[in-house]
Amino acid sequence: MSSIAAKLMLALALASLGAGTAAAADAKAAASIPAADLVEPDALAKSLQVPSASRPLLLHVGFRTLFVQAHIPGSEYAGPTGQEEGLTALRSRVLSVAKDAPIVIYCGCCPWSRCPNVAAAYHALRTLGFSHVKVLHIDQDFGTNWVEKGYPVAKGD
Amino acid sequence: MPPARIGYLPPITAALTLTLAVLAPRAHGAPPTPHAAAAPAGAVAAIAPDFERDDLDGQRRQLRSYRGKLVLLSFWATWCEPCRLEAPRFSHWQQQYGPRGLQVLGISMDDTAAPAVEFVHQLNLAYPVMLGDAELAERFGGVLGLPLAFLIDPRGRIIARYRGEPDLARMEAEIRAALPQP
Repeated sequence: MSSIAAKLMLALALASLGAGTAAAADAKAAASIPAADLVEPDALAKSLQVPSASRPLLLHVGFRTLFVQAHIPGSEYAGPTGQEEGLTALRSRVLSVAKDAPIVIYCGCCPWSRCPNVAAAYHALRTLGFSHVKVLHIDQDFGTNWVEKGYPVAKGD
Repeated sequence: MPPARIGYLPPITAALTLTLAVLAPRAHGAPPTPHAAAAPAGAVAAIAPDFERDDLDGQRRQLRSYRGKLVLLSFWATWCEPCRLEAPRFSHWQQQYGPRGLQVLGISMDDTAAPAVEFVHQLNLAYPVMLGDAELAERFGGVLGLPLAFLIDPRGRIIARYRGEPDLARMEAEIRAALPQP
């Protein structure tokens, strides 16, 4: 294939890619989450060293293949909230949860600014009236900022 | 935070570094639990773990069968925006460097095949894509964030790992440098 043809194909591919990235841009960015509602990994890890009855409801709002490999012990899978079916699952999960109950959501699929899930989950819960929602701030990904830091991990469904 | 990256390593250095990564204690924080889900990210074998599975077009693929080629093994997903941006470049590299011995292989970590099939056909990617899962991910030390890619030399050794948003110019330079000599 000539170089010109290859470049043409690349241009076409990038053009078609635009539709996907535009759709992704419609989702609220993680930066829209107030700093006061973020919790850093070390702080959350310390806060989990308490009896389970005192712990917040921990919800993983990312992708199942990642959850199965590694998640925070005691957390439940409720994602992916960047997609409508994930939001539906999240809303269903919190139906019976008190509006003032502490909830921590997390994902870690991608670099923070690229995560398609956490902001959607946060705003959905706030819209439902939950007043104590925190989001685990995972700067790079769950592997880098949680697993490799040696914080507790579980795996499987 | 800049993208995490081990980067290009001469083969001997790569083997030593990866071995040390396996042996090294965890950096800090709480002690690991018995349920630690994945090996530390650096704990990948110097020799890439072999695997065999069907690609999205139903053709059987085995990593070992690409010995003799420089393999760029890309873990990605349609929900990963940086992955969506790098895929057309990888496809271009496959066309440009394929005749010189490069083989790009994609592993989609989407929960189902449907979005990956749509994406691959939409972009007409020039390299095979397979559906990944937790079992395959753990063979490579865990795929706990995307994008993630491995550069595997013609002898099957992992010589570089790229994690996070890639510096594509640097990755391409390292690929060009590692292409099999004619």
